[in-house]
Amino acid sequence: MKFSENWLRTWVNPNLSSDELSHLLTMAGLEVEAQEKVAPMFNNVVVAEVLAVEKHPDADRLNVCQVNVGEAAPLTIVCGAANVKAGIRVPCALIGAVLPGDFKIKQAKVRGVSSSGMLCSDKELGLAEDSQGLWILPVDAPVGVSLREYLDLDDRLITLKLTPNRSDCSGIAGLAREVAALTGSTVSPVAIADMPATLADRLEVKVEDAAACPLYCGRLVKNVNAKALTPDWMQRRLERSGLRTINAIVDITNYVMMELGQPMHAFDADKLSGGIVVRRAAKGETLTLLNEQSVVLDEQVLVISDDKKALALAGIMGGAGSGVDTATQNVFLEAAFFHPDAIAGRARHFGLATDSSFRFERGVDFAATRKCLERATQLLIEICGGTVCAVSEVTGTMPLRDAITLRASRVARVLGIVLDADEIAGLLARLQLKFTSSGDVYSVNPPSFRYDLAIEADLIEEIARLYGYENIPALPPQTVLTMLPDSETQRPLSRVQQMLVARDYQEIVSLAFVEEQVERDLCGNDNPVALQNPIASNLAVMRSSLIGGLLAALRFNLNRRQLRVRLFEVGACFAKANNMYVQTHRVSGIAYGNRQQEQWGAKPEQVDFFDVKADVEALFAPTALRFVAALHPALHPGRCAEIFCNDQSIGWIGELHPNWQKDMPQACIWFEVELDALMKVEVPHLQEIAKSLPVRRDLAVLVAEHVTVQSLTDAMHESRAPYVHEVVLFDVYRGAGVEQGKKSLAFRVLLQDTQRTLNDAEIEQSITILVDVLNRNGAQLRV
Amino acid sequence: MEELQQILDQALTQFSAINDENQLEQAKAKYLGKEGSLTALLKGLGKLSADERPKAGASINQVKQSIEAALQQRRDALGHAKMATKLSAESLDVTLPGRGNGCGGLHPVTRTLSRIEHLFHSLGFSTTSGPEIEHDFYNFTALNIPKNHPARAMHDTFYIDPEHVLRTHTSPVQVHYMQTHQPPLKIISAGRVYRVDSDATHSPMFHQVEGLWVDEEVSFANLKGVVQDFLQRFFEQDDLKVRFRPSFFPFTEPSAEMDMSWRGGWLEIGGCGMVHPAVLKHVNIDSEKYLGFAFGLGVERLAMLRYGVNDLRQFYESDLRFLKQFN
Repeated sequence: MKFSENWLRTWVNPNLSSDELSHLLTMAGLEVEAQEKVAPMFNNVVVAEVLAVEKHPDADRLNVCQVNVGEAAPLTIVCGAANVKAGIRVPCALIGAVLPGDFKIKQAKVRGVSSSGMLCSDKELGLAEDSQGLWILPVDAPVGVSLREYLDLDDRLITLKLTPNRSDCSGIAGLAREVAALTGSTVSPVAIADMPATLADRLEVKVEDAAACPLYCGRLVKNVNAKALTPDWMQRRLERSGLRTINAIVDITNYVMMELGQPMHAFDADKLSGGIVVRRAAKGETLTLLNEQSVVLDEQVLVISDDKKALALAGIMGGAGSGVDTATQNVFLEAAFFHPDAIAGRARHFGLATDSSFRFERGVDFAATRKCLERATQLLIEICGGTVCAVSEVTGTMPLRDAITLRASRVARVLGIVLDADEIAGLLARLQLKFTSSGDVYSVNPPSFRYDLAIEADLIEEIARLYGYENIPALPPQTVLTMLPDSETQRPLSRVQQMLVARDYQEIVSLAFVEEQVERDLCGNDNPVALQNPIASNLAVMRSSLIGGLLAALRFNLNRRQLRVRLFEVGACFAKANNMYVQTHRVSGIAYGNRQQEQWGAKPEQVDFFDVKADVEALFAPTALRFVAALHPALHPGRCAEIFCNDQSIGWIGELHPNWQKDMPQACIWFEVELDALMKVEVPHLQEIAKSLPVRRDLAVLVAEHVTVQSLTDAMHESRAPYVHEVVLFDVYRGAGVEQGKKSLAFRVLLQDTQRTLNDAEIEQSITILVDVLNRNGAQLRV
Repeated sequence: MEELQQILDQALTQFSAINDENQLEQAKAKYLGKEGSLTALLKGLGKLSADERPKAGASINQVKQSIEAALQQRRDALGHAKMATKLSAESLDVTLPGRGNGCGGLHPVTRTLSRIEHLFHSLGFSTTSGPEIEHDFYNFTALNIPKNHPARAMHDTFYIDPEHVLRTHTSPVQVHYMQTHQPPLKIISAGRVYRVDSDATHSPMFHQVEGLWVDEEVSFANLKGVVQDFLQRFFEQDDLKVRFRPSFFPFTEPSAEMDMSWRGGWLEIGGCGMVHPAVLKHVNIDSEKYLGFAFGLGVERLAMLRYGVNDLRQFYESDLRFLKQFN
């Protein structure tokens, strides 16, 4: 809501500077978003009349003018503007004037002719970006009067960020009431008299939905002069409220809305067939609006219609076919109260947001409807003339405003301050709230202009607001102290993050929306969770994996000459399952470039699958994971594994498929695991520490390439060979001495008994069992 | 006796001239070995009379001890010299860079969140979370924002389907939590939220922290106390000024915007208020018995102020040159 400060000050004029007034409003919950001066600083500029113009004797393009500035004798002023001529009225900067840009006007000689001032364009006064010569003022502009005074230029525009509960402040009258409540000043309202009808003519008004339209007032005004010009003062106030002037009649309805907060509408009565009907639209009914937009209606929408068709979206916007223009002769003025429930959301449904719907959906003062109609009539007669007809008024069930019980004890509990009975009564009175009281209980009648006041909490907020939030102390709460639960079987997310950081991964946060193609290509997801209203087509669906964001971030950094990029992200991923949305938090990382930062004394080697596998294993330790070769659409088919934790599939690891990284010279390793699986940990339970030292035996075997290490270690574990404490692969060898198609694997076997030292026979027996099992699994002991 | 003195002098002279450990041991044999000169003298003691023997023995032993001491001294000296040579040869250029694995870093938002959580934990708040795809009921209706309420227009909501939205704030977590827990309640919840908005100061995805305290006696004055305490601790500035201004949120009343003083002006930092009775009613908490306050803070805003970030979008570009500055 934007308005002129000077307009407000004609209603209420507290002894506050502009800045103080803005601060007052902001601290009362009417946040001043912006305030700007109407005109930049300049002085000594007056309205002047050009009396005579003569060519400059020594310069073709200059004129020597005789100018009346309201003094006894005219001034001689040299002027270079092409549009100067005798008879026009223009702004004139007198000697001593200072114009924007610190431009001082002095007595001067221009090519030998003495000049005592300057005739100005609006650009020179800082009021326009560009101009075509002198600023020609209306012929009735008062000569000699300060331009600032004449055009009310010492005004400021204030823009409020109105919250949805304060529609009562969406007009100057309401704002004035609020300022008076806040400051104790008196309001001087504009005088509004009932306009007596001189003609009995009236349109019949039928309200079919009385709940949606509890009050409808309308009146014909006949034989108006629609070509009349909107007076300057009204144009100025409308412009300073951010409204364009259209024609006198429309301007009047807008003016009343800005002044009193009541949206109004004017129909061209000659374009109507029969009477006015306020009804729900029929399904499929169409209407072309004032903005030329065509809308298809349904029963949700309230319309104003005549006997034949819908004319306007009630409380939102008029129709193109029934509006007033400069040819209009007879006007039907409408002031109605539409219930917020009947308007709310409808404008948005059609992609509209109008000044009218803004007010109606928040609630307007239903006790002022008739008065606003009278005000509009009064202005219409003043400006356009015409004959006033009788008012058609249809009253249905007005909103019930039950009295609200307010307890001083509750005020104290909620706000944490104790106010005595007089203070509370005083605050209520300042808000113009009528109440009765008994002890510390008040019964408050909410006024028709405060639609937001319905329950005790609403009144407590009002009391706090008027008392001043800044006057309520900031107090530490008093409460019973208890410790927070702290589960040791939950690994904190922060530990997971710290571990990845320690392993040289940099955390990123990427947007949770991705391009649909990313989901299809990298995740094999043909049915992603899609947004109905994405911000851009490349952010149209919700990610089902973090891979898209990581890969995009990798590319972003490679394009900026980073050679080694290791990133991770923790975040929610989204999928559809059985008409439900599944939201899984995942931890995912990507490693690209050398295993280590380039450094002296270390051979540069590219990061590979097993480096990243170690990172994943470290995250889960001491829980052991299983990695099973599998296929993933994003990954190299021979370098990809599904990750299992306690037999549950919990993620993926692998080298990016070459198809998806054609632009990258090195392989990129990616992993992703479910956070839930990672969070579960056991509380450690101490196992007995062996008293004897372990015995180590190494077993080197030859196997075919296709035999996996996992199959051999599994087989050895399942053999349950006694005393075997640990079997770990420590070397893989291919090459000289090993035939093509085979590989040599070396296992370290640790044998141990907790109580005693093993003898050779026991050790040999266990090793024999292991060698047997290896043989049965296609592995031959190397000799 | 002169002979003894000669042997001693000779030994000392010889030892001090030797620079090799092996030669030193060979030289030792010359005096103390089986055929050594001092050994010979000791053997000759038997030939002396019982009266002379103790004195002569004592003299020989004294010289023997002196020789052994000189020998040890020389051994030590040679050992030290050898060690010194070795150490000198082994010395490093300690200014060469350290070698091995590097270290990554946390995202500034994570860093900020963990500070926020840490501070609220110290006041007994526990952490909880909620879904990011939210049912309309939790994001709006249960928070006293019915369909068609003008406040919905303030939210610029991403819709998944007519009933599901990307949560526009973390406040729905309040509702989930109050449905399943009985007062007193003291929680914070941090996470990603979404709005249809994108420019230098708005991102379609950002983070909020929601706080909720429901108990028999918590007041607006306490809300002010907790929020002010938090901001002063977070910015490590005891005299940081915090301002509360009336505002409107359908789920709190009285409602306030929180501003903090910043470079001579005020900066909006979040919204807060006393939990609206209608919200408590939705979750069957008796609003006559219990009061509550709630607050929501913009995490990126806090991070931007704390670390001097001017463009919100930098948080999501994943530029290592940006991210590494927070390591």
